[in-house]
Amino acid sequence: MKSKYLFVGFAALMALSPLILPAYQVTLLNYIGLNALVVLGLVLLTGVGGMTSFGQAALVGIGAYSTAYLTVTEQLPQFLMWTGGSPWAGLLLGIVLTVISAFLVGGLTLKLSGHYLPLGTIAWGISLYYFFSTIESLGGHSGISNIPSISIASYALDTSNKMFYLIWLILFVAIILTKNILNSREGRAIRALKGGQVMAESMGVNTFRSKMVVFVISSVFASISGWLYAHNQSFINPTPFGLQMGIDYLFMALLGGVGSIWGAIFGAGIFTMLRQWLQDLMPVIFGNDGQYETIVFGLMIVLLMQKAPSGLWPMLVKLVPPRFKANDLHTELTEPTQALPAGDLPPKGTLILEAKNVTKKFGGLVANNNMNLKIHAGEILALIGPNGAGKSTMFNQLSGVDVPTSGEVIFLGEKINGMLSREIAKKGLSRTFQHVKILPEMTVLENVVIGAHLRGKKGVWASLFRLDREEENNLLNEAKFQLERVGLGDYLYTEAGNLALGQQRILEIARALCAHPSLLLLDEPAAGLRLKEKQALAELLMKLKAEGMATLLVEHDMDFVMNLVDHVVVMEFGEKIAEGLPEDIQKNEAVLEAYLGGAA
Amino acid sequence: MDLDIALILGQDGITSGAIYALLALCILLVFTVTRILLIPLGEFSVFGALTLASIQAGTPSRIVWLLVVFFAFQLILDLYAGFRNKTPFHLRSHILWAIYIGLVVGAMYFLPLASLPMLIQVLLALAVITPLGPQIYRLFFQPLVAAKSLVLLIVSIAVHVALVGIGLLVFGPDGAQTQPFSDAVYQWGNLAVNSQTLYIIAAFFSMILVLWYFFGKTLYGKALRATAVNRVGAQLMGISPIFAGKITFAMAAFMGAFAGILIAPITTLYYDSGFIISLKGFVGAIIGGLASFPVAAAGSVAVGIIEAFSMFWASDYKEIIVFTLIIPFLLWKSLTSRHIEEDHE
Amino acid sequence: MSTITENTQGKCLLEVSNLSVAYGKVDALMNFNMRVNEGQIVSVVGPNGAGKTTLLSAIMGVLASKGDVEFDGSVEQCPPIERMVVRGLGLVPEKRELFSSMSIEDNLMLGGFQRYRHGDRSLNETLDEVYNIFPRLKERRIQEAGTLSGGERQMLAVGRALMAKPKLLMLDEPSLGLAPLITREIFKIIDQLRGQGVSILLVEQNARAALKLADYAYVLEMGELSMQGTGQDLVEDPRIIESYLGINSKHQDILSI
Repeated sequence: MKSKYLFVGFAALMALSPLILPAYQVTLLNYIGLNALVVLGLVLLTGVGGMTSFGQAALVGIGAYSTAYLTVTEQLPQFLMWTGGSPWAGLLLGIVLTVISAFLVGGLTLKLSGHYLPLGTIAWGISLYYFFSTIESLGGHSGISNIPSISIASYALDTSNKMFYLIWLILFVAIILTKNILNSREGRAIRALKGGQVMAESMGVNTFRSKMVVFVISSVFASISGWLYAHNQSFINPTPFGLQMGIDYLFMALLGGVGSIWGAIFGAGIFTMLRQWLQDLMPVIFGNDGQYETIVFGLMIVLLMQKAPSGLWPMLVKLVPPRFKANDLHTELTEPTQALPAGDLPPKGTLILEAKNVTKKFGGLVANNNMNLKIHAGEILALIGPNGAGKSTMFNQLSGVDVPTSGEVIFLGEKINGMLSREIAKKGLSRTFQHVKILPEMTVLENVVIGAHLRGKKGVWASLFRLDREEENNLLNEAKFQLERVGLGDYLYTEAGNLALGQQRILEIARALCAHPSLLLLDEPAAGLRLKEKQALAELLMKLKAEGMATLLVEHDMDFVMNLVDHVVVMEFGEKIAEGLPEDIQKNEAVLEAYLGGAA
Repeated sequence: MDLDIALILGQDGITSGAIYALLALCILLVFTVTRILLIPLGEFSVFGALTLASIQAGTPSRIVWLLVVFFAFQLILDLYAGFRNKTPFHLRSHILWAIYIGLVVGAMYFLPLASLPMLIQVLLALAVITPLGPQIYRLFFQPLVAAKSLVLLIVSIAVHVALVGIGLLVFGPDGAQTQPFSDAVYQWGNLAVNSQTLYIIAAFFSMILVLWYFFGKTLYGKALRATAVNRVGAQLMGISPIFAGKITFAMAAFMGAFAGILIAPITTLYYDSGFIISLKGFVGAIIGGLASFPVAAAGSVAVGIIEAFSMFWASDYKEIIVFTLIIPFLLWKSLTSRHIEEDHE
Repeated sequence: MSTITENTQGKCLLEVSNLSVAYGKVDALMNFNMRVNEGQIVSVVGPNGAGKTTLLSAIMGVLASKGDVEFDGSVEQCPPIERMVVRGLGLVPEKRELFSSMSIEDNLMLGGFQRYRHGDRSLNETLDEVYNIFPRLKERRIQEAGTLSGGERQMLAVGRALMAKPKLLMLDEPSLGLAPLITREIFKIIDQLRGQGVSILLVEQNARAALKLADYAYVLEMGELSMQGTGQDLVEDPRIIESYLGINSKHQDILSI
């Protein structure tokens, strides 16, 4: 079933609800909608982006207080007079303030390793809560009341039923915008944040920027939810914007399934209804009015994390008969309008990469000692050596993952040691990984097109409003071309995780090719491949060499290497011990000693 | 601000700072050995304090039944695991637990609580709360021993949320204060030094001493350090992360409860006061980079002092000031790290 | 050259039957059979990526596997590492996994932790024995493990494993990253250990040294057993060179190694 029909069907169902359901249920649905909007942002932030925030409630508070202040205060300061106390201006003010906060907090915490972000968000979440409770002009603990309703033209949305439509309309728009951005160049960069950051950086993605994008979008959703909440309630106080609510939002996301958009609504719904039900039930059991539902929720989340960490929604989806599942989740490709920008490859024989006396020390251990090597266009060079020789370390120095202690790495005449991997990617160097780094839940096509990230330009706004379709189509066509070139043309829409390892390695090469590089760095490309797969790989590399590509590979498989490459460099104990043609290397005494061992 | 007031505030600051430092120590200990951020630490403190208050009032505290309930679940889960996965079921240790819990429940209900010497009352409260640590580890964290740190954080928060609810159920909404260890007050110049402050500082240093000995001189302590330094290496020595986890949680529960008992005479504690207190311990731990205790301790004391002075000058903004203290440290950490972290673990 | 002999001399200490390990879709080890008898040194050699480390990890319980591993008479499906240690299996892993910020003596004492936990208080005696084998460690006993050279780290790793008085000691590439002189020293010590009654399973890329030392040996290639026999037989077998440097390597003139 087409996903459009499912969506419209659901929307229609929701549209009818206020007409059928009693007032109590409509109010409940309003709360669910408000919560779902915040949780949607959290799904983006945590589920897709892998960043946990407990401060969403505080951001909701900023949105709520901004509009409350603006619409209720009689004497507005000079610079806000022009707004005339309109709720719509309140929305704008809220969004502006929230985005500024997101930039400030994000700038501080997003660069940090895992734990600092959640702890940082807890810290400012609490600070903002106390801020709301102490500032006199924000009403302190008693909050602000008499907040006017929102009016569209002169039609006032002053009942629950009327607000219902606004809330759910905004929620649906938010869902559409979220889907839009996730299916775009920006979206792929965002989706790579969870578990693919090193890979994304090596393809030129600025992961910090992507993190900020997600953080800001989720904060905007929170802000809008706060605005709707304030005008719906017509009275606000600090309580719903504290840490407890921040924790609750996260619990909602987890219940539904932190990785799915519809899980957000489902989780918000279940949580809100369950809490309502427990609040009615608990006093009956315990005989008094305490907040015991927290015990239930706490234990429920622990159980969920132990048994079903991806939430309840995915489990529910499995139960739906296939007839009702969306089956058109892929973008249809049309003819490309133009070729992507691509410079010419340097002529054969040009010196592409040179390592000059590269040395790398880890404390007292010298992993690479004065290594020298050169790679030219149209050449395949293999770096071999026994285990522990320092090949991987050398590879990391060349690809920008690590910085040499001394010496230089020169790419097309420019010194690249010490540069960030995304800067190096811009110069025309592309690589694959020893342990395949793909995003298993994305399709093969989507994985490969990440390689073309630097050849596209459309950013956040274009993605949100689908103004990027032409460029997107061109990018995807390039990816398709590369996939056909490497022989994976039949697997465009397969989930990347379902490919065999050999195919995944070839996928990585296609991805690297999408960047239109002049140098390909391959880290053990033949590892774990079957004989036929190795043959296919060798043919591909020969084809690329004929087209002028420079290739460096680190390998252990001697048969594969000796029949393929032009030039071999052998390492042992961090140093080069031999260099030359494959036939010569196989007869070299020192090499044999290195591999088979001396007489001990 | 004259010297007298400054001294009083300084005393307050050092007193709370020492408590925060103790909590920061617990947090660092648990984090380095198990990668868990012990958000429920505050609950151990508060439970300890409220249990002592209950004992001093002569009422048996219903918290002992939580021990029983947890033990029952533990028994069921261990039996099930023994049956299903054929993991060996340690009958002896379960019997010992049962006996211990029985003794504690008996002590709570049959001893003349209010007339016991203060030391015995404190020991009883500690004896009740400490076993909750390993129980909580076993029930909530043990199945997640290989989980990602984000999952561990979520479970930690969920356990905290549940414990606050349980705290309300067991202790009720009223706050409590316990009797001070002694009524003595010492004059030091113009400053009236509260004996409780001296107890707290003495306790703080004794705890440091004990821990220094434990981690530096005993093989068990070294085993915990080894788990923190290299988990796989420790496993190869036969030190299982679950074993390390249980010991660590026991120590954290003990120290947490002890910290609560130390401040209970000075502050009124409620069933939900734990979180804010432990968060200040977290601020201290973050200042120490979640790794270095001396820095965390110094940071915690600084937090205490700043809090005391803010209370005087701008009491409304006290909490904001304390929590925004982390920001310079986050900034500093942010500027000095270039590495792109992968979310593997 | 007979390579069909089975390793049947002596009492069986470790028996691996039909062991298979898969990383996701990759078969790292396929239907591997092997036996180590008491008092033996058994070597498993093969080129890089052949599956040697995978084999040891699977036996120790670090990796999940299919098939049977029978150690000292009992079989258990995927036991936790700690239990294997208690049962008398020791592993010196490829990465050594030392406690870098702790002293040599602490590292060694921790090696005996399991014994200590079960009431054995004779750790100091064992410590002296280990210091006798590795006098260099005794000189540096209070130094931090992280400051040691490669060879000393290897010695510490082995010494630490010996502190547990294992029935079977498994060594993963002990010569890794070590200069030939140190490697020779280490192998001499391994030989000594056999004399002292420790059974050893040695996994090595350095084929010659490992085969010369072994009572029995297995050759792993691409996750599968390709040859087996006594160490003596295999060290002279030209097919070993093929498996390391490729079929087309011209090895006639270098047979005289």
